[in-house]
Amino acid sequence: MADLLARPCGGTVERLTRPARVYALLAWTWSRALAQYPASLALMTFGTALGAVAEIFAVFVVFRHAGALDGFSLAEGLLIASLANLMFAAADMLMGMVEGLGQHIRSGSLDVMLVRPVSPLVQIATDRFAVRRLGRVVPAAAVAGFALYHCDIDWTAGKVLMLPVLVVSGVAIAASVWTASGCLQFFVADAREAANSVTYGGHALTEYPLSIYGKGVVYAVTFAVPLAFVGWQPVLYLLDRPDPTGLPDLLRFAPPFVAVAACTAAALLWRLGLRHYRSTGS
Amino acid sequence: MRVYSAVYIAGLRRYSTYRAATLAGILTNSVFGCINAAVLLALFSVRPLINGYDAADAVTQVFVCQALVATVAILGPPLDLGERIRSGAVGTDLLRPVPLLGWWLAEDMGRATFSIVFRGVPTLLIGTVLFDLLLPGTAGHWAAVLASVALAAVIGFALRYLYELAGFWILDTRGIWAVVGLVGPVAAGVLLPLPLFPPGVADVLRALPWASMIQIPAEITLGKESLPGGSAAGGLALQAGWAAALLLLGARLTSAATRKVVVQGG
Repeated sequence: MADLLARPCGGTVERLTRPARVYALLAWTWSRALAQYPASLALMTFGTALGAVAEIFAVFVVFRHAGALDGFSLAEGLLIASLANLMFAAADMLMGMVEGLGQHIRSGSLDVMLVRPVSPLVQIATDRFAVRRLGRVVPAAAVAGFALYHCDIDWTAGKVLMLPVLVVSGVAIAASVWTASGCLQFFVADAREAANSVTYGGHALTEYPLSIYGKGVVYAVTFAVPLAFVGWQPVLYLLDRPDPTGLPDLLRFAPPFVAVAACTAAALLWRLGLRHYRSTGS
Repeated sequence: MRVYSAVYIAGLRRYSTYRAATLAGILTNSVFGCINAAVLLALFSVRPLINGYDAADAVTQVFVCQALVATVAILGPPLDLGERIRSGAVGTDLLRPVPLLGWWLAEDMGRATFSIVFRGVPTLLIGTVLFDLLLPGTAGHWAAVLASVALAAVIGFALRYLYELAGFWILDTRGIWAVVGLVGPVAAGVLLPLPLFPPGVADVLRALPWASMIQIPAEITLGKESLPGGSAAGGLALQAGWAAALLLLGARLTSAATRKVVVQGG
């Protein structure tokens, strides 16, 4: 471990992959630490898994009463909800800890991170890395598999190849939204809960077909905060459904590009915030 | 009594210093209110009546829920008591000339008062601006709602006090929160209004203490006949019963805990 952390320089490839390797190392360290209390970890993982079950169950109840919402059947509704849950849960696990930034600023632990030879973003993201959040990914993936099987999908080679691309892009977009909203705390330290309205609020929003919220919301989450590319556009693509709000069908191929743009924007915002940061001196 | 009012005021003042956090909280509650309301409006436009609830009832419940959710703290945060039990600082609390339960009740009621006035009321106002809410029309009805909210806050405190009190036996109460943080919102009607569940399930959940924090106050606001006894009085009686029972249990367990506690270190 000391070996990896002590060598900030090296070949180009090594320099580029270093943050990812340090991330994996620190995440693994925290996971092992939490595994020292196996019963507690198992209970909390189980609790997190039930959380995903409860949210998808709510979608199930709504669709059972409605039959169909905006032309989306129960199976299609479950597909939307489970994909959104899957991607937001994965993003929450990878970057969710950034929302603790305000606490790090107040307590001064951000200063400690700044003097270590590892990216402070990696350190914050892995701080108390919550491996229990995997518990949310598992039931979401199971329901997504079930829904994919029951939806009327015309499986072409293109769709099979696109599915993993769309999932990775979705996770990347959600993780960028998480990071970017966490960065707000550089400017307003108490803003943690306001960020929740974008992160957890975005999660709640994307659990249902976006068209039920009306055009204004769909446009906002397409062009302002790109949450529509996390679950909504991929599902429209998989189901070969024209966009109910009249946006061009070409958008459903955008997620990989949006993901790159979102990650870049989040990284820039992080740097801007870090440069703006003045230590509290404590 | 003077001690309690001093602690109450200290609780109130403590939370009044977090102004940006309060604004952020109003924003978050309003955003969640709008999202949940939009989903339920879409549902009720397909099925106009579900188990006695219509679209206006459901949207009103959503905003009553968002106005109350921070006050009763059903999704947390936990009382600081848990951390003090774990660290042993509770020893200081036990030295105070007032009972542990009363001290924390007074502190938390200060927090709850600040929360309902500066976070709950603005959230509800935003709801009335954006949606057609069915709010009470008479002073008597409002008085019933106010009493219901006060009882909900006491129940919210009593439950969280019991969760943290478990720390005397199991030290780490995060496992408890992992379970009740999940069961609570479902059983209280935060996840979905209880009338969307099958009537038998809804009736069982309505009788449990969590419903008395959100679902019962919402039904009292709406003047629903699904309340126990069919009226607001029945709902208030249920809430008062839970508040009394949980506080009594809390007091009993406190004395049991203090008889066994050995504060570590020194």
